[in-house]
Amino acid sequence: MKSEYTEQLLLKGLANNDSKAIETIYKDNFKMIQNYIINNNGDYDEARDIFQEAMIALYEKVQSESFVLTCKINTYVYSVCRRLWLKRLQSQGKFSNQMDFIEETVPIEDDIEIHEKRNAEFEIMERALSSLGEPCKSLIEGYYLKKMDMQAIAKEFGYTNADNAKNQKYKCFMRLKKLFFSQYNIGE
Amino acid sequence: MNIQREDIAMIQNVERYLEGKMLPNEIAYFEQLRKNIPEIDEMVVEHNMLMHQLNTYSNRLDFKNTLNGIHDKLYEQGDIHEGTVVTRIGKIVQFYHKYKRVTGIAASVGGIIALVISAIVSSIAPANNNNKLEQLNRAVAQIQQKQQYQGNKLNEVAKNKEENIIVNSGGTGFLIDAGGYIITNAHVLHGSSGANVMSSSHETFDASIVYRDEIRDLAILKIVDNDYQPMKKLPYSIKKNEMDLGEELFTLGYPRNDITYNKGDLSASTGHDGDTLSYQIQMSANPGNSGGPVFNRNGDVIGIISTREKQSQGVSFAIKSKNIFRLVEDIKNSNQPVEIKLSSASSSIKNKDRVNQIKQIESCVFLVKAFNKKKNN
Repeated sequence: MKSEYTEQLLLKGLANNDSKAIETIYKDNFKMIQNYIINNNGDYDEARDIFQEAMIALYEKVQSESFVLTCKINTYVYSVCRRLWLKRLQSQGKFSNQMDFIEETVPIEDDIEIHEKRNAEFEIMERALSSLGEPCKSLIEGYYLKKMDMQAIAKEFGYTNADNAKNQKYKCFMRLKKLFFSQYNIGE
Repeated sequence: MNIQREDIAMIQNVERYLEGKMLPNEIAYFEQLRKNIPEIDEMVVEHNMLMHQLNTYSNRLDFKNTLNGIHDKLYEQGDIHEGTVVTRIGKIVQFYHKYKRVTGIAASVGGIIALVISAIVSSIAPANNNNKLEQLNRAVAQIQQKQQYQGNKLNEVAKNKEENIIVNSGGTGFLIDAGGYIITNAHVLHGSSGANVMSSSHETFDASIVYRDEIRDLAILKIVDNDYQPMKKLPYSIKKNEMDLGEELFTLGYPRNDITYNKGDLSASTGHDGDTLSYQIQMSANPGNSGGPVFNRNGDVIGIISTREKQSQGVSFAIKSKNIFRLVEDIKNSNQPVEIKLSSASSSIKNKDRVNQIKQIESCVFLVKAFNKKKNN
């Protein structure tokens, strides 16, 4: 049983991308989820999938400013996985005789909804980036995702100077904006 | 799209503003602009939102990588496990429980169960079903005949080949590790001491036999030829989980000396006589197809062709791909451990059409020729 203090430290570590903290949470919770999924009509790949999705949900939750976790980490992870797994079984037209390992679950409907919205946004961004085409995609990724400076980007892409690369980057950004928001607003 | 110079200047200002790179008097001026011109205000809001989305996107990608790294690390350390449940043992135990009561108190119960179990085991094990099943390795005679046909090309191969060897049989094999590890059926190598492999472009390489598992009917070869250029990464992955009935499948193999394509469907989740280690597939396999990979539509390896039913046309059996993982695990724990890296990430040919998938795969599928070295006189 982890003390409340340790749990808070772990969550803080998770929010700050501390790999030791992430590993601890992974190790403490994965087996329970794997058992749950395997015993409920799933396989090893699916267990990994569902568990990692719950980890992403928790990770993005701890990063939001309004974050509060009112239960233990394992209860939260279990509740999210359980909900995600039931949804997936349903969408595959399978059903299962629910076998629960710990009685305790917390209501996570709101969190799941937020998580699904984030999933949708992630997919829209993924699509928008991939339909940008090259060199726009790599330029945007270089500057905004990898945080490379313009000088290095100009060198890597073969622009004669950083200003030209910058100009191109702004054009790409405007195209990305258009692509992203055209999809984003449909989804609303 | 035609983008005006002023637009670029404006977007540059928005970005500098949001990144906090403006001087104080610039900020004051810019904020005044925002107040007065709604379009600019909107631009700032949209820009900020898109930046936020890009950040979230990037963080999630990084976090996913971290998670996968942790998973693999914990798996290697043995802190977490995958795929260790053996269903076959489960079946026998169930069988035992079912009949335990019937056979009751009789003193011979142990003997009877031993007999029953050995009967089940022998009926499951594919090796003992010679009368109904046909292993798909090619007989020597056939190979010799083909060799005469092949004229020039084979002469070329013969040049590289040692003189004093007798070819026993042939089959198909495919790479499971880009470093040159090839999997094939154990029966393809039956009674042989060595092997060489020929690629789809008719280059022949020497190979050594790394491991044989006669029960699973699988064997691993390693290409040990200096001429062989290892690949960076295999185009396909190997599936750990089971496939669903009706799934569309295809295979590449060497029923003749040229690589040959064939397609079919997954028709049953068990093999001959309910063998849970294999699938039944509706595909006409021929001698020489033994050891060939079975792919699903996405180009993931889901099995290895091993046998076909003699009586019925077009019914073949494929050993499930999860057995490859178990085999590799066994090798790791054997007296002569070899580290083989299997790729279970998704295949890079997933969204390609069949013709392009095959183009990428064919260089990973080899004709396996097993032989014995003649004793020098």
